[in-house]
Amino acid sequence: MSEKQFKHKLYVKKGPKVAFTPETLEKIKTIISHYPEGQQKSALIPVLHIAQEELGGSLNVDIMDYVAELLGITPIEVYEVATFYSQFYLDPVGKYVIEVCQTGPCAICGADDMIAYLEEKLNIKVGETTEDKLFSLKAVECLGACGSAPVMQVNTEFHEFLDLKKIDEIIAKLRSESEIKKPEELTWKERLS
Amino acid sequence: MERKIILENIEVEGIRSLEVYRENGGYKSIEKALKKMTPDEVVNEVKTSGLRGRGGAGFPTGMKWSFIDKKSGNPRYLVCNADESEPGTFKDRYLLMNIPHRLIEGMICASYALGANKAYIYVRGEFKTVIGILNEAIKESYKAGLLGKNILGSGYDLDLHVHTGAGAYICGEETALLESLEGKRGNPRLKPPFPAIKGLYDCPTVVNNVETLANIGWIVNNGGEEYAKIGVGRSTGTKLISACGNINNPGVYEIELGLPVEEFIYSDKYCGGVKGGKELKAVIPGGSSVPILPKHLILKTAEGQPRLMSYESLSEGGFVSGSMLGSGGFIVYDEDACIVRNTYNFSRFYHHESCGQCSPCREGTSWMESVLHRIENGEGRMKDIDLLVSIAGKIEGNTICPLGDAAAWPVAAAIRHFRHEFEFHVENPEVVKNVKHGSLEKFMEIPAITGE
Repeated sequence: MSEKQFKHKLYVKKGPKVAFTPETLEKIKTIISHYPEGQQKSALIPVLHIAQEELGGSLNVDIMDYVAELLGITPIEVYEVATFYSQFYLDPVGKYVIEVCQTGPCAICGADDMIAYLEEKLNIKVGETTEDKLFSLKAVECLGACGSAPVMQVNTEFHEFLDLKKIDEIIAKLRSESEIKKPEELTWKERLS
Repeated sequence: MERKIILENIEVEGIRSLEVYRENGGYKSIEKALKKMTPDEVVNEVKTSGLRGRGGAGFPTGMKWSFIDKKSGNPRYLVCNADESEPGTFKDRYLLMNIPHRLIEGMICASYALGANKAYIYVRGEFKTVIGILNEAIKESYKAGLLGKNILGSGYDLDLHVHTGAGAYICGEETALLESLEGKRGNPRLKPPFPAIKGLYDCPTVVNNVETLANIGWIVNNGGEEYAKIGVGRSTGTKLISACGNINNPGVYEIELGLPVEEFIYSDKYCGGVKGGKELKAVIPGGSSVPILPKHLILKTAEGQPRLMSYESLSEGGFVSGSMLGSGGFIVYDEDACIVRNTYNFSRFYHHESCGQCSPCREGTSWMESVLHRIENGEGRMKDIDLLVSIAGKIEGNTICPLGDAAAWPVAAAIRHFRHEFEFHVENPEVVKNVKHGSLEKFMEIPAITGE
């Protein structure tokens, strides 16, 4: 086996303990209750969404194994779903994932230019993450908002009728937002002041 | 020809909430269906109405319902398909964002007709806002006794839940959607058995599009015969058309089926003409999967009759000179649009969205993408054009689900109607190579070289 295969993201278990908070577990219990007895596997996609959102923005083997245990299914059943759907990220992403639609109607309304502009502005290529781990840029297929093309979503929040000025504003807003630290991120000295 | 069924009262402020929706006549159909009609009567009304599936295939809804297996004794399910991902289509999102109770009302009537006690709405994962709105609306309905046990004292129970997808176009296909709902990869199933016999959890299931179900309330209220009077011929009722591309007023419009295409494109009530006063070049009338038609064929049929917005008129002439109504994603291209680039764009989309189950689709879509990529970038050969036609012909009809056809048709149609553009790309590689898309040239006011 080559070294590359050994390092594939689906095989590397880092082993840190991952766990949901009790509130999240309660939420998951409600989701499972939406499906008939014995069909808790149906909750897999919604639970993976929650896992991705609450456990660092992307999935890894540890998280997927934890989800498998939680739903009482085998790990491979989780891997095959996580690799199939494009909304699940198996590589680490930045705090804000910018996904620009590049399909048909958006393309004729200037999606290519928006992507080129974002690449230039963030100084990364499509598929990369900025050094400060703030932005990831992705070009995705149809987001289903063709009437307001070009469209992009930032962490599932839609931004429609894009132009260069609007992108400037969105990025500036996200930058300023990220500077405000959450209470749990503050050091005790900062908290006191 | 203005007639509103689905979008009735959409302009009323706060129609998103249950209270306002009920004040404006909402949920009347529930009282009528649950208390005064038998399930079979509801099915028969829908059959008489001639309502056809609005997701793209146009299969008669009443007939689909009558196939459901009532003998097996297994629980029955109704699933609403809100996995709207066909490029050019955004009608369901508009409907759900603005008037979610219309769908819930339709779903209660439909579930009652089918004898289902559990129903799901499968929403694509990208529509976070829509999911929030729907969950809110469902909560309101539960509180008002419109969902849950013993609805309005009729003795009928229904549980309704929202299920989220995670970004896969293929899950719009009904059997792939059911697989996904069961927590698996979205690989379409072989039919038969059809979902009406073996669907969700191997139980009888009906899968309907959002817009289809949104019609049911009106049909129950006013009767199937009234509904059948609207529209033209076998295309009864109204249809939501989502218009986008190079037009002045992109958006969602409810039209009575049978509206002339020319009026739809040029009337200020609808698209408002081509943007910037440019010339119309081509139209894709029903979402990216249906064949593209050049100006002379979209406005008039090959026989010179005016083309109407209806299932029959749009498909007149077969695929030689016609197209399909599909899901109603109306994409308009102006004279500057490059058909080759656009075809390449769509083939990349289908390559990305192919689930990989059937070889013709998995291999064929990626092959078409790479051939189109080289034509688009000035590296194509003349024989590539016929190669594309040949690949498209070999995918079509040889796959489990219609995604293969959906990938093949746009390519075949683009070559059929715009072969000269493909030839231009092959003959003038220098011109083609120098057109830089996405290079911000137009914003820097450097005159770009345009093909043709």
